[in-house]
Amino acid sequence: MQELTTTRHNPFIDPFTSVWGWEIPVYLFLGGLVAGLMIITGYFILKGKHKNPDSIVHYVPFLSIIFLTIGMFTLFLDLNHKLFVWRLYTTFQITSPMSWGSWILLLVYPALIANILIDPPQILINTFNVVSKWSRVINSKESFMNNIGFLNIIFGILLGVYTGVLLSTMGARPLWNSSVLWLLFLVSGLSTAAAFGHMVAKDVDEREFLAKSDNIFLISEFVVIILMLVGLMSSSQAHIQSAQLLLGGPFTAPFWVFVVGMGIIVPLFIQLLAVNHKIKHTPVAPLLVITGGLVLRFVIVYAGQFSHYINAHFQ
Amino acid sequence: MARFGMVIDTRKCVGCMDCVVACKTENNVPEGYNRDWIVTTVNGKYPTLNLEIQSQRCNHCDNTPCVACCPTGASHIHDVGAVVLVEHNMCIGCKACLAACPYDARFIHPEGYADKCTFCIHRVEKGELPACVAVCPTHCMSFGDLDDPESDVSRLIVSRKNHQLLTEAGTSPRIYYLV
Ligand code: SF4
Ligand code: SF4
Repeated sequence: MQELTTTRHNPFIDPFTSVWGWEIPVYLFLGGLVAGLMIITGYFILKGKHKNPDSIVHYVPFLSIIFLTIGMFTLFLDLNHKLFVWRLYTTFQITSPMSWGSWILLLVYPALIANILIDPPQILINTFNVVSKWSRVINSKESFMNNIGFLNIIFGILLGVYTGVLLSTMGARPLWNSSVLWLLFLVSGLSTAAAFGHMVAKDVDEREFLAKSDNIFLISEFVVIILMLVGLMSSSQAHIQSAQLLLGGPFTAPFWVFVVGMGIIVPLFIQLLAVNHKIKHTPVAPLLVITGGLVLRFVIVYAGQFSHYINAHFQ
Repeated sequence: MARFGMVIDTRKCVGCMDCVVACKTENNVPEGYNRDWIVTTVNGKYPTLNLEIQSQRCNHCDNTPCVACCPTGASHIHDVGAVVLVEHNMCIGCKACLAACPYDARFIHPEGYADKCTFCIHRVEKGELPACVAVCPTHCMSFGDLDDPESDVSRLIVSRKNHQLLTEAGTSPRIYYLV
């Protein structure tokens, strides 16, 4: 028998850590979604799809910047010492993924803005005089386009990877300590982005392409989830117990029902039928994928905080 | 550079919580929050039980995940004694350090910044002992430089059987419990 009693009862720390509420999973989800959208639109630009006026390249970047700004706002809401937020930008802490993230976000914005300038929405043209001038400059040379596409892919990957690295470097939380968490968040970001693109695409070929890519992302996501669980289960007692939170423990139902079942397997099945022209494309599958991506962030953030080295002392 | 640490004799500690009260008074720790606390562990099977009382706080680890993850440099290692501190006016309250500490030694102060044990550095720099150590009625706590082989703490560590907490988390904690 082992029994442990403590007199500590610090808010959000005891009986188990819950320092991060809904704001962080929402931010990680939106960050992942925007990362995926940047990679996809960047790829489309490199493929010359911006020449097609119906391409998602013409309107998704503007939506991306809105999503990212909402994400940054929820991140800001999470801060307890808000007046000091500027301290993030008076230093660069090389060992801190959060510091990397705040600087990466500063690079992501210009890349997204350049992407928007390819075909700026009317509201921007009316509000800011320089917009149409810059848009003309950007559209004047194909090499500018290629650079924008390339930058969006690079910064999209950085953004997607960092959302996972942020958690996986926290040695104190065994569930997050997986070396494939960054990959999971990156492919999940790609699958939600492809689903979003699939839902809003006007061009039939693009929609078909995005549905097909989403299927590949969903299969990859499933494989990464299995790899992550296998990795944790073959590690130390604390890691095994953290994986058990998803394998019979309190987070099992939301994880397997909403993330894996409704978020990967069901939409994969629907989209396989759709791309084989057995059924029509509907927003059902993409909406399930997007919801699955959101629930994934919630489960990982909450279960990760719950996972603890102390638990390994108890059976 | 000195490396301050603590040695706590669990054979002397009676769990009276004087250290907890002393800390709250000395450091104005707000109501409902603790920088130090008492943990009682019971191991074994009745009637062969082993009870250990531990006065716990931030371990002022040698490997500090809480400092590494801090995006602003608010969490830092102090020049004196390598004590791990938080600069309140640099902290944005992101709580990364709370999530990164395997001992859950930190909390968010009601004013918004991350807070925790400072080894009473303001007293130590004046040549005094941390409040918890000074007040303990059973004298179960010792404080000093782990790098000085002649210090009380170093001598106790080599002469008595001891353990640290959650060493598997890999932070090299600097509080030792004598058993
Ligand atoms: S006990 Fe926690 S807060 Fe203290 S130095 Fe170690 S990791 Fe940091
Ligand atoms: S809460 Fe404050 S001390 Fe802790 S990591 Fe964030 S900025 Fe640094």
